[in-house]
Amino acid sequence: MTSINCRKLLFEMMMIRRMEELSLELYTKEKIRGFLHLYVGQEALVTGVMSLLRKEDNVMATYREHAHALLKGVPLSSIMAEMFGKSQGCSKGRGGSMHLFSKEHRFFGGNAIVGAGLPQAVGLAFASLSQNVKRNTVVFFGEGAVAEGIFHESLNLASLWNIPVIFICENNLYAMGTSLERSQAQTELTKKAQVHNVISQAGDGMDVFDVIEKTRQALSYVEEKKKPYFLEFKTYRFRPHSMFDPELYRSKKEIESWKKSDPILKLRVHLLDREMITEVEIKKMEDDIELLMQEAVLFADKSPLEPVTDLEKNLYEDVL
Amino acid sequence: MKMSYRDALREGIQTALDSDPRVFIMGEDVGAYGGTYAVTKGFLNKYGPNRIFDAPLSEAGFTGLGIGAALGGLRPVIEIMTVNFSLLALDQILNSAALLHHMSGGQFSVPLVIRMTTGGGRQLGAQHSHSLEGWYAHIPGLKILTPSNVEDARSSLYFALTNPNPVLIFEHALLLNTIEEVPDQPCRIHPFKGLVKKQGEDLTLITYGGMVNRSLEACSRFSSVEVIDLRCLRPLDSEIIFNSVRKTHKALIVDEGWRSCSLSAEISARIMETCFYDLHLPVERICRKEVPIPYARHLELAAIPQVDDIALKIKEMLA
Ligand SMILES: Cc1ncc(C[n+]2csc(CCOP(=O)(O)OP(=O)(O)O)c2C)c(N)n1
Repeated sequence: MTSINCRKLLFEMMMIRRMEELSLELYTKEKIRGFLHLYVGQEALVTGVMSLLRKEDNVMATYREHAHALLKGVPLSSIMAEMFGKSQGCSKGRGGSMHLFSKEHRFFGGNAIVGAGLPQAVGLAFASLSQNVKRNTVVFFGEGAVAEGIFHESLNLASLWNIPVIFICENNLYAMGTSLERSQAQTELTKKAQVHNVISQAGDGMDVFDVIEKTRQALSYVEEKKKPYFLEFKTYRFRPHSMFDPELYRSKKEIESWKKSDPILKLRVHLLDREMITEVEIKKMEDDIELLMQEAVLFADKSPLEPVTDLEKNLYEDVL
Repeated sequence: MKMSYRDALREGIQTALDSDPRVFIMGEDVGAYGGTYAVTKGFLNKYGPNRIFDAPLSEAGFTGLGIGAALGGLRPVIEIMTVNFSLLALDQILNSAALLHHMSGGQFSVPLVIRMTTGGGRQLGAQHSHSLEGWYAHIPGLKILTPSNVEDARSSLYFALTNPNPVLIFEHALLLNTIEEVPDQPCRIHPFKGLVKKQGEDLTLITYGGMVNRSLEACSRFSSVEVIDLRCLRPLDSEIIFNSVRKTHKALIVDEGWRSCSLSAEISARIMETCFYDLHLPVERICRKEVPIPYARHLELAAIPQVDDIALKIKEMLA
């Protein structure tokens, strides 16, 4: 890893963290409403994976997808405007926090039905394959999705028909308030992929280098073998599930102990120890990020509302 | 020439496969088995496994795959064996296919076609006799075609594929063996619009799908009943209904679906909202009885609208 790449990783992770913390502030100010699911604590996971993807690759994600959209290239300002429900939002205010979309960036959402993106990602990969387009397809989902039947249908279809899609399970140990042990008889998730003859591997989602390493292996396997791959990254969300979660199901102590392996802290220390970055440079990054945030919020604030007269637009695509 | 409804569907699918390399057929037993209703018989041999996909029993899975493939630039034609099993794919159909265009601010479209058979009347019992077209027509973002005759069966897939939106085609199982005279070339008239099947002055009968032939038969006992085949349940062709009701002043809706909160209720409401002062009688409805469709022949016949039920109601309304 060159130091430039490492700095970029750190910058992106810090940016995600700040975007999420800021979203929370904006939520308490009632600028952002509805459901809001934050990615705080899980930054290394998406950052590691996305560092290996290209613009032409397909990405699908869940309702906890601000970071995924951002790193796929969707401008922060249009993400912010979307959360504000504005016309310059990436879904023109129709989607909100859970339904960020960008055709230009091949970011296919933003699906708030647990597990629903999986078969669609298989379909996207199927389309690339049959059109002979060189394009990776990656779908992110929480470990909660593994309990859904659609998870198994999707893995089987991809495996049966040799469809090269990368399934990425973001295992943050809880589906809302239900821990994995309380919902699954088999908690080794890679085994669930193995029964469908899908190659699988588990990694440390708090360590961006491990995420990159495992994702790299997955990508080269998928490209070479034209088969699906299942990656499980263990991670932890430091924040409640959404804005309406008093966190009765886990202790403060547990959260604090996970915070010791804060992926951003870890990367910072790693880079500082090796003199790949200085405190001053990190401070500069923070300032730059703050500036970007302010710009985005200003943009979102200023963006006009969609006129109500356009409410019924875009229900159907026009016939050419 | 003479053609069966089944052969018409076959012709439609072959035309699509021949004319657009992006089209593929995917569903349970569409390949080696030849299609549950023999609609795709021989296609696997003719077009090969890269166009015809025998899917596992995973309605949600392969419907979702179809959505993704449509997003990715293909033109999937998904076959779900029957409407009854489409409920397992309902999440994908409603929560993704129907919503994506609007929810993404108009960025993504889902040019997906889903074909399925529908309807009761073959003593298959309650779980295999649903008629849920009207239900699907409740959903903004979908288009719903209900071919009631051979010519429409021949063109419905063409109509669906020329539209860049999710289109559901409901093929009535009882019609598959119907043989009708059709022109050599498909005429492909009025996609997504209703048609007046029989002109009349005294009463407007509004129906669709499997109930069209029954209604026509019942109406042949009267001199001047106008019969409208809706053909498409969403968008619903209100104008053709209003124009007729303004002329006849009486309206009867024949719907194979259940009555409560239904398509027939919707049509009745629209007539009331727009043609209230044209009506000489309250709008009447004939629907399936509000029970699970029973197995026993006599009970099933009593549960689903029959020619005599329709004729009796017309007689009452004309009296
Ligand atoms: C099919 C479905 N069932 C229930 C819900 C409600 N719900 C939203 S998020 C969630 C937990 C999902 O947990 P997980 O998949 O682990 O993802 P995480 O939120 O931890 O990122 C549930 C149950 C839903 N959105 N979709």
